[in-house]
Amino acid sequence: MAERDKTFVDRIWDFFASVKLAVVLFSLIALTSIVGTVIEQNAPPEKNIIVLKRLLGERLAPEAYRVLDSLGFMDMYHSWWFVTLLVLFAMNLIVCSLERLPRIWRLTTEPIKPLNPDKPPSFPIRKEITLKADPETLREALISALKKTGFRPMNSPMQKGGFQLYAQKGNWSRLGVYITHLSIIIIMVGAVIGIFFGFNGFLNLPEGRSSDVAYSRKDSRPHQLGFTIRCDDFDVEFYGMSDMPKDYRSWLTVFKDGKEVMRKMIEVNEPLRYGGYTFYQASYGMLSTGGGYFIFRVRGPDGKTETVTKIMGESFVIPGTKIKGTIKKFSPALAVTQDGRTYTYTEMMNNPAVYIEFTEKGKPKYSGWILKRYPKTWRLPDGSMVQFIDYWGVQYTGLQVRKDPGVWIVYLGCIVMGIGLYMAFFMSHRKIWLIVSEAKDGSLVRVFATANKNRPAFERKIETMVSNLTEEV
Amino acid sequence: MDSSTLFGIATIGYILAMVSYIVYLAFRNRTVGIIATTVTVVSFIAHTGAFFMRWYEGYVMGLRSLWHPPISNLYESIIFFIWCLILGYLIIEIKYKNRSFGAFVTPIAGLALAFIEMTGMSKEIEPLVPALQSNWLLAHVTMSFISYSLFGLSFATAIMYLIEKTEKKTEPAYIFWSVSLGVLIVLLIAMSLDYLEFHVAATSSENIKNYLFRATFKSPNPTVALLSWIASFAIIATVWATGGYLKKIVSAFNVTPELLDELTYKTVAIGFPIFTLGGLIFGAIWADQAWGVYWSWDPKETWSLITWFVYAFFLHARLMRGWRGKRAAIVSVIGFVAVVFTYLGVNLLLSGLHSYGSLS
Ligand code: HEM
Repeated sequence: MAERDKTFVDRIWDFFASVKLAVVLFSLIALTSIVGTVIEQNAPPEKNIIVLKRLLGERLAPEAYRVLDSLGFMDMYHSWWFVTLLVLFAMNLIVCSLERLPRIWRLTTEPIKPLNPDKPPSFPIRKEITLKADPETLREALISALKKTGFRPMNSPMQKGGFQLYAQKGNWSRLGVYITHLSIIIIMVGAVIGIFFGFNGFLNLPEGRSSDVAYSRKDSRPHQLGFTIRCDDFDVEFYGMSDMPKDYRSWLTVFKDGKEVMRKMIEVNEPLRYGGYTFYQASYGMLSTGGGYFIFRVRGPDGKTETVTKIMGESFVIPGTKIKGTIKKFSPALAVTQDGRTYTYTEMMNNPAVYIEFTEKGKPKYSGWILKRYPKTWRLPDGSMVQFIDYWGVQYTGLQVRKDPGVWIVYLGCIVMGIGLYMAFFMSHRKIWLIVSEAKDGSLVRVFATANKNRPAFERKIETMVSNLTEEV
Repeated sequence: MDSSTLFGIATIGYILAMVSYIVYLAFRNRTVGIIATTVTVVSFIAHTGAFFMRWYEGYVMGLRSLWHPPISNLYESIIFFIWCLILGYLIIEIKYKNRSFGAFVTPIAGLALAFIEMTGMSKEIEPLVPALQSNWLLAHVTMSFISYSLFGLSFATAIMYLIEKTEKKTEPAYIFWSVSLGVLIVLLIAMSLDYLEFHVAATSSENIKNYLFRATFKSPNPTVALLSWIASFAIIATVWATGGYLKKIVSAFNVTPELLDELTYKTVAIGFPIFTLGGLIFGAIWADQAWGVYWSWDPKETWSLITWFVYAFFLHARLMRGWRGKRAAIVSVIGFVAVVFTYLGVNLLLSGLHSYGSLS
C-alpha cells in the first residue's frame, strides 16, 4: 500500500508495530526511572529538598522541587505519564508481535520440502562426499546417521535415480521470541490485577491476642480478613551468645467461624497463607504495658520436674522441697558492668532475665538473676534447676499482610518468560538436506544445511556425522 | 592454610597475570603468553580452593549452614564476580585460541581487587541475618553474578572493538570510548587517593560512603576540589589525545573486529536470559517470599530494570539496520556501566532498602 493510501488506523498500527518505537520506549523508561532512584519516592518533602540542594545548590533546589513535584516525580512510578509509557510499551509489544506472528507461524509450521537437486539454492553449510556404495545400500546408514544426530528424516526418490533425505528440528524455537513477549504482557496483567484487587497492610499482634482485621498501609484503616488469626508465641533466635538475630519466629493459629483451621510457625522467608492472604514475619516489638507470664521448668533435687506459669510478684515451690521462689524483677536485656552492677541495655528482649528470691520457711536462702539465654544461671546451689523458658505475652509480632490475586499470574508469566528466553537464545532451528545420487564408483552425497543460530556448532555436528559415515562405509 | 591465605595467593597471581597479559599484548612474545595463561590458571585453581574453604569455614564456625556458599556480602560477591569473570575468560581463551582479551579482562579483575583493598571493606565471615537465609536469594545472587561477569566480558570486547574501529578523534564513537576510559581512570585515581588518605578510618566500622571522593572532588578545601576537576579534565583529554597508541597496540593483534562484535553479542545473548531469570525473576520471588512484595520500585530493583532495558535495547537495536558494530558496542558499554551502578552505585551513592551489599 502506498503511504498516502493508508487510513488513519493503518498509520496508528504501523506506529505501534515498529521496533524503533520499542527502543525509544526502552530509553525513555530507563532514563526517567533513573530520576526516580535519585529522588526518594513518597518521602517527606524535606528529605528530597536536601537531596536537591546537594545536587543543584541552595538557590535552585526549592524551584527544582516545585517543578519536579508538579510533574509527579515524587511518586513517579504511579504518575500518569509513567503509566502512559508502560501502556505504550505494552501496546507496542502486542502490535509488533501480532504484526510478525503470521510470518513466523508459517516458518514454524511449514513442513520441510525437498530441494531441486539440479539447482539447489545456496546454503551457508554445504559439503560433498563420495562413498563407495550405491545409493540404495547407503540409505539405511544415512537415515540412522541422521537419527543419531537428532533428526527424523523424510525420504523422497528423485527422477534420475538416487534419493533425497531431509529433516528439520527446533522449528518451534522460532516462537521463543513471541513467548518471551507474551510473558511480559502476562506479568503486566498480573501486576495490574494486584494493583486493583489486592490489599497491602500490616498487623501487630501481641502474644496471646487475636484479630480479624489487618490495617491498610496507605491509610491505616482496618480491613476485614473474614477469619481470625491468633499469635500463640513469638521468639527471636540469636547466633550463639551474640545479639545478631538468626531467626524470628511466630506461632500462628487461624480460626474460621470459631473453628481452628490452621496452625503454623512462620519465619522470615516462610510466610503463612490462608484465604488468599499471606502473613509475613516483618518486625516485632515489646508492649509497653508489661504484665506477661513467666514460664519456668522447675526441677527439684530428686529430679521431679514441673512447669509453672506465674506473673510478677507471684511465687512457686521447687518440687520435693520447701523452697519457695518469688519473682521480683525483670529485665528484657540484662548486662553487667565491670564492677558487677546490672543494667538493661535495650528495651527489646535480647537477653531476658528474671530476678528471683528463694526462701525456706520465710527465711531468705539465696537470690539472683536467671537468664533465659545462659543455662549456667539456671542452677541453684542445692542442685535443683529453674529453667527460664519464656516471658510470654509482652512481645508482639509485626506481620505484613498481603492479598495479591495477581501474583500467580505474575509467577506464571515468569515461568513462561523462562521458557521463552530458553527457546529464543539456546535453541536453534536447524534444517538439513542430503541429496544422494549415483556416481562413478559409488554415490555422491551432497549435504546442505542451515541454522538460524549458532551455526558453527551445527557445522561441527555435521562434520562429525560425515566423518563417522566415511569410516563406516 | 586457610581461605584468606589461599585467596591472597590468587590475588597476587591475578595481578601478575594482568601484567603478563599486558606485556604479551605489547611484545607478542609466545613465552610470556604461556606464562600469563599458566599464572591465570594456577590463580584460578587457588581461588576455587579458597572459595570452597571459606564455605567450609563458615559452616565450621557455626555461622552458616552448608546450604549457604560464601556469596552473601559485598566482599564475597565481588570475589565471586572475579571468579566467574576469569572462568568465562579462560573458556573464551581456549575456545577461540586467542590470548589478547586477557589484557582487557584481567584488569577488570584487578580493578575489582583494588576496589576491595581501597575501600577496606569487611572480609569477615558474617552470619546471615534472617532475610538472607533463602535459597531464592542464593540463586538470585549466583545467577546475577554470572550474568554480570558475562556483561563484563562483553564490555571488554566492546571497548576493544571501539578502539579498533574508530579512526578520527572527532568521531563520536572515538570520543565515547576515550572519554569512558578516561573517566574510569579518573575514578580509580580518585578512589586510590581516598584510600591513601582515609584508609585507617575506613577500615573501622565507618561507612565508606562518607569518604568517597573526600580526598578529591568533595574535599573540604575548595582549592583541592577545583584542582581535582582540572586534573580530571586533563587526564580525560590526554586519553583522548593519545588514544591512537592504544589503537596501534590493539590492532597489531590478530583479533578481527568481526570476532569482537560476535563475542560482544554472544556474551550478552547468554548473559541476558541468565540476568532476566536470576537477576530479576528470582530477585522478585525472594522479595515476595521475604517481604510480601515482588516489586517495590526500590532503587536497587529499579536499577536492575534499567540495566535490563539497556540490554533489551542492545538486542532489539540489532534488528534495525545500522545498529551493528560501533553503535551496538556503545550500548554494550553503557549496559556495563549500568551493571556497575546497580551493584555499587546504588549502595555507595543512593540509599536503598537493600541492606544487602552495604559496606560495613
Ligand atoms: C523489555 C521488554 C522486551 C524483552 C525482554 C524482549 C525480548 C526479546 C528477545 C529476547 C528477543 C530475541 C532477540 C534476539 O534473538 O537477539 C526479541 C526480539 C524481538 N523483539 Fe522484543 N522484547 C521486549 C520488548 C519488545 C517490544 C516492545 C517490541 C515491539 C516492537 C519488541 C519487538 C521485537 C521484535 C520485532 C523482535 C525480533 C523478532 C524476530 O526476530 O522475528 N520487543 N525480543
